[in-house]
Amino acid sequence: MDNKDLTLTLGPAAEFNRPLVLTPGQDLFGFILNHVGRALLFLITCSSVLAVLLILFFVIVRSVPFLTDYSIADFLAGKAWHPTSDTPAFGGLTIIVGSLYVSLAALVFAVPLGIMAAVFLSDIVSWKIRNVVKPIVEILAAIPSVAYGFFAVLVLAPWMQKHFGFSTGTNALNAALILAVMALPTIISVAEDAISALGRELREASYGLGATRMETILKVVLPAAHSGIIAAVVLGMMRAIGETMVVWMASGNATQIPHPWWDLSQSIRTMTATIAGEMGEAPEGSSHRSALFAVGVLLLIMTFVLNIVSEYFLSRAKKNLGRS
Amino acid sequence: MREKEEPMPVSTTASEISKSDVKTTVVLGSQPARPAKAPASESLEAVIRSKDFSLYYGAKAGVQDITMDIYPRSVTAIIGPSGCGKSTFLRSINRMNDLIPHVRTEGVLAVDGHDIYDKRTNLVSLRQQVGMVFQKPNPFPKSIFDNIAYGPRLQGVRRRGELQHVVEQSLKAAAIWDEVKDDLKKSALALSGGQQQRLCIARALATRPRVLLMDEPCSALDPIATGRIEDLIGQLQSSYTIVIVTHNMQQAARVSERAAFFCLGELVEYDLTTKIFSNPSKKQTEDYVTGRFG
Repeated sequence: MDNKDLTLTLGPAAEFNRPLVLTPGQDLFGFILNHVGRALLFLITCSSVLAVLLILFFVIVRSVPFLTDYSIADFLAGKAWHPTSDTPAFGGLTIIVGSLYVSLAALVFAVPLGIMAAVFLSDIVSWKIRNVVKPIVEILAAIPSVAYGFFAVLVLAPWMQKHFGFSTGTNALNAALILAVMALPTIISVAEDAISALGRELREASYGLGATRMETILKVVLPAAHSGIIAAVVLGMMRAIGETMVVWMASGNATQIPHPWWDLSQSIRTMTATIAGEMGEAPEGSSHRSALFAVGVLLLIMTFVLNIVSEYFLSRAKKNLGRS
Repeated sequence: MREKEEPMPVSTTASEISKSDVKTTVVLGSQPARPAKAPASESLEAVIRSKDFSLYYGAKAGVQDITMDIYPRSVTAIIGPSGCGKSTFLRSINRMNDLIPHVRTEGVLAVDGHDIYDKRTNLVSLRQQVGMVFQKPNPFPKSIFDNIAYGPRLQGVRRRGELQHVVEQSLKAAAIWDEVKDDLKKSALALSGGQQQRLCIARALATRPRVLLMDEPCSALDPIATGRIEDLIGQLQSSYTIVIVTHNMQQAARVSERAAFFCLGELVEYDLTTKIFSNPSKKQTEDYVTGRFG
């Protein structure tokens, strides 16, 4: 193309009419807009951080009376939770174990299923089907937990009682199964992202060396995506451990540690269900109420740790991709 | 496929390699060679035969009516402007395009006389025999050793000693052994781009393919690394059949014996490289190799 034509249609370079330096004197409106906009966005960002800090602060402050009065060792290791008896006991071990117990049991169901589903969506079905199925799976996460709870109490509990001969249908197994279903969308979605993000190169390298699809998935895709998959599992765990309504409705709420430990048919109680269930009847200023806040602090610490772990693995997953 | 037609030896049987090729006979040389079936007199029989081969992505043609023979133990370059179907054709030779949905082929593309688009084709053995090196180095996020041992392991090699041998020979053949021999446990991702690409070549050689497809293997590399890969191609050609797609015409002129010029999905001209670059029979080819077009 000729340069001459270009100059003729476009005309000469524009005369410079706006200053290169933004000062209030030269362009007051622009100056204000620039700084106000920046300040506004900064405030909005801060407010969410502030909300987290305030929650943390509030929960810790309310738990201080209990934590100073009552021995922390007894709180963490004591098995007796009798908050309303004449000599109240706040042994949190049963509910701590209860929370971990149903969450881990839920993961036992959800992790293999979730990873298999993620592999299926990323490597086996066509892109078109994946784009239909994945949003549907993610909708599972949007179903209100009380709806899951109703299902657990009205359908799953009687069914288990009838078919497995359990003494009660609201038990650890019931809660774990429902939690597994609730954790699945998170696990599938995050793991699928990690597996798809590997891209075509590694898969082609493997197929090009004569690997079958199974070999490619097991020996290249899953190992290469392991950081992202671990992050997915941890996020699923967070979802399970923080869930309240379902475990409250489905777990049976008995403060006991299952014996033998693998007997999922026994009722248990979780930290979240304890807070939700007892907060209403614990009078303001009582050590019972303060103890519930201490349970909240413990729960926060657990989810924070899990969050940090998942962030670590997600950032590692990203770094791995960047380098390959 | 492998059971029916015994492949020709990858590199070395004494009868086949002339004494002047001493340098390359060490390439994977001490491994048990595959049984030699084709006598030396047949060595100019084409390994890859394409007859009216077309490939479509849905309704769009990738390549059309390609008819060409690719000969053993030589380098064949495929040149042409972007989007002309060079890579598509190259990837057709080990059916890498199968991974792309809605791909359809017509005509015949035969390796060793077997139409690889036949339904009964064993893709695993096809890809073991027709190895591929990609445009972007794509080592697995594993150790150097595990990268090279990946193919042999797939073929069922388990013995540590045997694996070590294959790894060493492959790395030597790809001219990267001296740089990595002290640290085979190191992640392959820690290597430089040029080293990674030579590692990928070593990885492809470790399955002992008969044909090596190279899809612009130097496009992501600097001139020094490119020079090393080109030297390597020169060394490998006495044992392997190499098909290389390249944008770089000097490279094609330097490394190849025959060159095919593709344009708009069709094969315009295919001849000895010297002829393509000095005295092409088609005007279109001449315009391209002299830089007036493309």
